[in-house]
Amino acid sequence: MSAQAIARPRVAPNVARLLRRNAWTLGTYGLFVAVMIFTVAIHPNYGPFEVQSLVVGALPLAFAAVAEACVVLGGGIDLSIGAMMAVANVVAARYMNHHDFQTAILVSVLVLVGGTLAGALNGVIALRTRVPDIVVTLAMSFVWGGVALLILPQPGGGAPDGFLALASGNVLTPWIPAGIVLLIVVVGAIWIPVKLSRIGLALYAVGSDRTAAFRRGVRIGPTRVFSYALGGFFAACGGLALLMSTGIGSPLAGTIYTLSAISAIVLGGVSLAGGRGGVMGPIIAALVLTMVPADLILSGTDPNFGQVIQGTLIVLVVMAGGLAPLLRSRRRAIVPGASSG
Amino acid sequence: MTDDAILLETRGLKKNYGAVVALRSGDISVRAGEIHALMGANGAGKSTLVKVLTGDVTPNAGTIRLEGREVRFNSPANARKAGLASVYQDVSLVPLLTVAQNLRLTGTTMAAIRPWLEELELGDVDLAEYARDLPTPTLHLLDLAQALASLPRLLILDEVTATLPADLSERVFRVARRWRDEGRSVVLISHRMTEVKALCDRATVLRDGSTVGVVDLASSGQEEIVSLMLGPAAASVVVSEGAVADTAPAPKVDPSPAVEVRGLRSGLLQDVSFTLRRGEVLGIVALEAQGQADLFECLSGNRRPDAGEILVQGKTRRFRHPHEAIGAGLVLVPADRALALLRQRSVLENIALPMVNQLKRWGLINTRAERKRVKAATDRLEIDTRAGSRVMRLSGGNQQKVTIARWLATGFVTLLCFDPTRGIDIRTKEQIYRVLRELAASGSAVLLFTSELPEIQLACDRALVMFGGRVVAELTAHDATEAALLRAAHGLERGATGPAEAAS
Repeated sequence: MSAQAIARPRVAPNVARLLRRNAWTLGTYGLFVAVMIFTVAIHPNYGPFEVQSLVVGALPLAFAAVAEACVVLGGGIDLSIGAMMAVANVVAARYMNHHDFQTAILVSVLVLVGGTLAGALNGVIALRTRVPDIVVTLAMSFVWGGVALLILPQPGGGAPDGFLALASGNVLTPWIPAGIVLLIVVVGAIWIPVKLSRIGLALYAVGSDRTAAFRRGVRIGPTRVFSYALGGFFAACGGLALLMSTGIGSPLAGTIYTLSAISAIVLGGVSLAGGRGGVMGPIIAALVLTMVPADLILSGTDPNFGQVIQGTLIVLVVMAGGLAPLLRSRRRAIVPGASSG
Repeated sequence: MTDDAILLETRGLKKNYGAVVALRSGDISVRAGEIHALMGANGAGKSTLVKVLTGDVTPNAGTIRLEGREVRFNSPANARKAGLASVYQDVSLVPLLTVAQNLRLTGTTMAAIRPWLEELELGDVDLAEYARDLPTPTLHLLDLAQALASLPRLLILDEVTATLPADLSERVFRVARRWRDEGRSVVLISHRMTEVKALCDRATVLRDGSTVGVVDLASSGQEEIVSLMLGPAAASVVVSEGAVADTAPAPKVDPSPAVEVRGLRSGLLQDVSFTLRRGEVLGIVALEAQGQADLFECLSGNRRPDAGEILVQGKTRRFRHPHEAIGAGLVLVPADRALALLRQRSVLENIALPMVNQLKRWGLINTRAERKRVKAATDRLEIDTRAGSRVMRLSGGNQQKVTIARWLATGFVTLLCFDPTRGIDIRTKEQIYRVLRELAASGSAVLLFTSELPEIQLACDRALVMFGGRVVAELTAHDATEAALLRAAHGLERGATGPAEAAS
């Protein structure tokens, strides 16, 4: 049988479908633009400094969100992201203090390796003991929280100026903060190869349907450990970013990032059931979640009330996101067999 | 084609899930260049055998030999490398990946699969579509195309045709024949006897998890397969008929119908009509996935029918919620006890659950009345309540009795029992039959779906056989022998007593 004689199956790009599949991410961009417009409106002197501080402030959360997204896309959840960030943060602050830039980079590399291993450990424990990952990582969050306090009981330490400038400096013009470049480079360098390789496909497959993935020939165990390791790596990035944005190590600052990261991925279109979403949505959502409280303070709202608004925003966005597929499935039910082969 | 070359041979394959033995002793021997059918009644272990063969589950005992060499598969990918590919009963494409990505996962190249897509007439399927967004029959065929692309020496088709319309099934058969003609082998699992007869060379028959025989389809007929599936008559009758007849008075047919179903359509249900009268136990017999589950879901208010009507004591009812069905007197005993029971709670709470609405006094539950009614129900069913503080500690039989006792205590007109005796010991089964007979004698109506055919003659007054979403036969208890039921359930021929229309 000659393969040439056979019509080539259609793999042509389909604009409408691309839009539909990335609707949530696009919605997140839209939300970002809306919040940005609101910010500029109430803050007429919005300039490079404000952009800079937004990025510096959002950087740790953006990394935390990417970390959580890696785990959740693979069908797991990691409640120790924040605690791992805290450990990375205090280790870096303690060993970089009073050293030069080269040492700081060396320490960073070691911290990233350590973070990857810590993440992988979560995965291995959950897999081997068959204790649900939510329990394992909750327990590990206490372990890492304690370790962070052992390393640095009080906020302190520091890092060389050159290292801090990786986030707080700017590239070419004052309008392009170094932090955003750092984020794009690091996430891009790791995520794009993963996404394009078989392991990335396996990660999405395992998150979507474990049985089907197993039958497709995916090795479930290694894939899950990989997703936790990836999460650990980005959590360590988050810890370093925290050091860059605050300039000191703090054993308790990391812990809030676990829940914030989950908020960001939900807002950014990652399904908590796994298998759906990406990392761009969560990054944009992290920026939005950083802007909203600042805006509320600027507009004179009680900061405590700001929390209420932030929570309401998350529920509303997720509700709106849930509405679209529902409407689509209704429409499909009315016209059955439209795409039957 | 060498007739005697054995491609695959298994001996004593065994698989249990906890205490449940799914496969006791699976033996199958497949020759090179044949289409081999795997047959057996519900729960005989066919699917488990397939899963073991393809590495989806690992067996507890037994051996698999491929061309004489012993092999062990710990994953489907492993089996595929050795030349065994399977299309499972449930689709195994990852729903949130595109078809093309699914193919990449198995390492299937476009060049390898394209001829098979064409062969199965899937050339126009958009491979960039998410698997989730494609219709199930298309996914099944894609699954098949992908299995074929690995050019397996043995292709296993597990009930693939059950969800396919006839024209799509024909495409599958065409491929199966081609596979045989090229000297490779196919194992086909199907409930459709005519299909098996037309397509297959030999059949292995399973019963209760064990291989009970191999039939050459060219020389012998359906009768032999049916009798193998039934087993020796003595072994299959679990209760002496006297046990039920003693306690049950001759059913007097009350003219008033409890439930009438007219032209019901929903899910797999195509068009079902029948009347269930007070004072009778009406049996439903069907193979897997012939619409019986949808029928019970509609009647119990778990699902809204697409068309047709349900009349309860003469009045048309449209249930939006089980609560409304219960209010109308239709109560369900589901097959899966875990669905019916609050496993962590006590027997008392489980039985009292549906009647709390009746026992409220000033918003609080009248516990005295509650206890009294629960006691009456547990006594009647002889429920062993020593471990009653948590229902999950009771035996399966006692758990099932609790789900029935719940409705005894609450009160009902029509009891819908969906395979209530699955996995229950003989003595408890006998008690359940007796209770069903007693309920009918006292004027209730009982609709009983059962996968154990002898139960029809033991507990029912008449039986309806469903096939392909329709009622294909109605038999009186007297005529409803296992052989007659099984034949009708395979869609072979009309029951002796006449067409289904006689029901209404």
